[in-house]
Amino acid sequence: MEKKDIIQSFKDSLFTGFIALALFGPIVGLRTASKGEGLFITPQWGVVFLLVGLCILGRFLINLNSARTTEFTIFSKLASKFSAITEDKAKHFAITAILFAVVFPFLPFTDRYFMDVAIMILTYIMLGWGLNIVVGLAGLLDLGYVAFYAVGAYSYALIATTFGWSFWICLPLAGLFAAFFGILLGFPVLRLRGDYLAIVTLGFGEIIRIILINWYEVTNGPDGITGIPRPSFFGLPFKRSPDEGETSFHLFFNLEYSTMHRIIFLYYLILVLALITNYFTLKIRKLPVGRAWEALREDEIACKSLGVNPTNTKLTAFAIGAMFGGFAGSFFATRQAFISPESFTFIESAIIVAIVVLGGMGSQTGVVLASIFLIGITEMFRDLEQYRMIAFGGAMVLIMVFKPKGILANRKPTILMHGDKK
Amino acid sequence: MSNLLSVENLTMKFGGLTAIDDLSFDAKNNQITSIIGPNGAGKTTVFNCLTGFYKPTNGQMFLHKEESKISLRKYTDFKIAYVAKVARTFQNIRLFPAMSVLENLLVAQHNKLMVASGYSLYGLLNLKTYRDKEQLAVDKAKYWLDIIGLTHRADDNAGDLPYGDQRKLEIVRAMCIEPRLLCLDEPAAGLNPRESAELNKLLKFIKTEKQTGILLIEHDMSVVMGISDHVVVLNYGKKIFEGTADQTKNSKEVIEAYLGVDE
Repeated sequence: MEKKDIIQSFKDSLFTGFIALALFGPIVGLRTASKGEGLFITPQWGVVFLLVGLCILGRFLINLNSARTTEFTIFSKLASKFSAITEDKAKHFAITAILFAVVFPFLPFTDRYFMDVAIMILTYIMLGWGLNIVVGLAGLLDLGYVAFYAVGAYSYALIATTFGWSFWICLPLAGLFAAFFGILLGFPVLRLRGDYLAIVTLGFGEIIRIILINWYEVTNGPDGITGIPRPSFFGLPFKRSPDEGETSFHLFFNLEYSTMHRIIFLYYLILVLALITNYFTLKIRKLPVGRAWEALREDEIACKSLGVNPTNTKLTAFAIGAMFGGFAGSFFATRQAFISPESFTFIESAIIVAIVVLGGMGSQTGVVLASIFLIGITEMFRDLEQYRMIAFGGAMVLIMVFKPKGILANRKPTILMHGDKK
Repeated sequence: MSNLLSVENLTMKFGGLTAIDDLSFDAKNNQITSIIGPNGAGKTTVFNCLTGFYKPTNGQMFLHKEESKISLRKYTDFKIAYVAKVARTFQNIRLFPAMSVLENLLVAQHNKLMVASGYSLYGLLNLKTYRDKEQLAVDKAKYWLDIIGLTHRADDNAGDLPYGDQRKLEIVRAMCIEPRLLCLDEPAAGLNPRESAELNKLLKFIKTEKQTGILLIEHDMSVVMGISDHVVVLNYGKKIFEGTADQTKNSKEVIEAYLGVDE
């Protein structure tokens, strides 16, 4: 690199520093604090200079990097190596991951907090896998997926509190209700694709939420539904002192009572539900209907010219995707024991779509990695309070820069003529 | 030789524009019928009417089946391929580019496989009946791939094939629905002379070996004159000539339509 270039890039970084100063100066530098009577401004110039310095240095490094003639991008190399490993050894990877998930609750460092985060990540993995059918396979961009999550949660909550049926009866019913809503949404949007479809589904998500808020007689409006029954271990409830004539889990197995029992049970419950979703998706992808979904994503007109019924194909994708959303929803309801429309806002849909897209459309392993990455990172930075959303955004930007097609973008054919040669 | 398709008084208007004006012609079984004409003559519109993408303003189209005949007007959309068994290819190739070559051919057998998989139920249970049917579908795909010489690329993405191979793949994909009538929209567009010659061979094979009539839109005269049994010439939506390839070559009207009239 020539001297002229260095001077040029140095000037450029100073200019960046100037802009950073103009921005950070008032935003970060001047902080209002209440001291005694009234508000006072406390300057924080140290922080400002640190930030401006970082901007200058960063810009200078970026300039140096782009001026180089040889290709050397360590991050993208690492990323591609990583995806190569996960693809080559996909089976080993999956088995290791499942084994790890199974023993996770009994690892020495696992505490209540870790379990809660793990349950949350698994819920998002399940939602991601469910949405993957609609977005990844059928190529229908659904921004209102949380609606089915909400339908599942509310159907479970309402059935369980009204009729007192057990979790195992309510779960399939909630899935059926959600699937029905999936078809309900599917019909009017059959002719829409891409951006238009995204907007309508986004609206659908909001409609469901607003109905939940306003239909006070049924959904109890913004107050939500409380006292949703907890799941029992095949009839054995997780209670310290069971009711008359009932045996609770710890008494039956002669254990010391611990709240962790229920958490561990919930963990395994969502793990099994998620794995069922995964198994089902992997299976159905190799069936004619799965291939038709992917064909529809590739070219709808060509599908029609080959006699594939686009209406049925799309509706099955919506219904099955929604069904898994409903299952996840009923799990959510039974875990929280309380649900309100607050839990089903657009940001939830956005996170699920982000997980699917960042994971690599249609990739099951990608969804797992993206969930761990996105949810894990936001949890890790919980101490930073509202700034943790920056970490969330940063994680998204990092993935998009280094793996623009998602973490695992390679699609494997559903059927091979010559066997697995590679 | 029996009639396969008869088009009667077909008219298609888009607002004030008459794209096809009172067109009638027949196509026969095991024959290649070509539709030629200058750009904008309405050739692709005829195809879109036949294959259910447009609903014609007027006129009838019949597909003959032994003694009975079915009206194509009744079927729209995917039913043309599913029920009436009319297959088509597109001017700009429409494969499923991110799916493998084999998958492309299996999607073409979707309806059969759907029934075989018990609408996914047998498939999910992994029953033998379904696996056998799927194997049959793969064998059929292999049969067609052998013919176009692409068996070794069966597991590659269709989008990664060279242009000429994509053309051929689209044709055999259409053949996988076992059509009675195959409509090809400029199959030789963008092919080099060697690839066009291969295409001719493939079309002749389909014509003689399969119970399929071929309707062909083409600009490449080496293809049209080489393989057509019957030629229909359109200009401004009207049929100006109909006859064999040799007759067409020498027809005064056709030469005038293509080259203009001597003042």
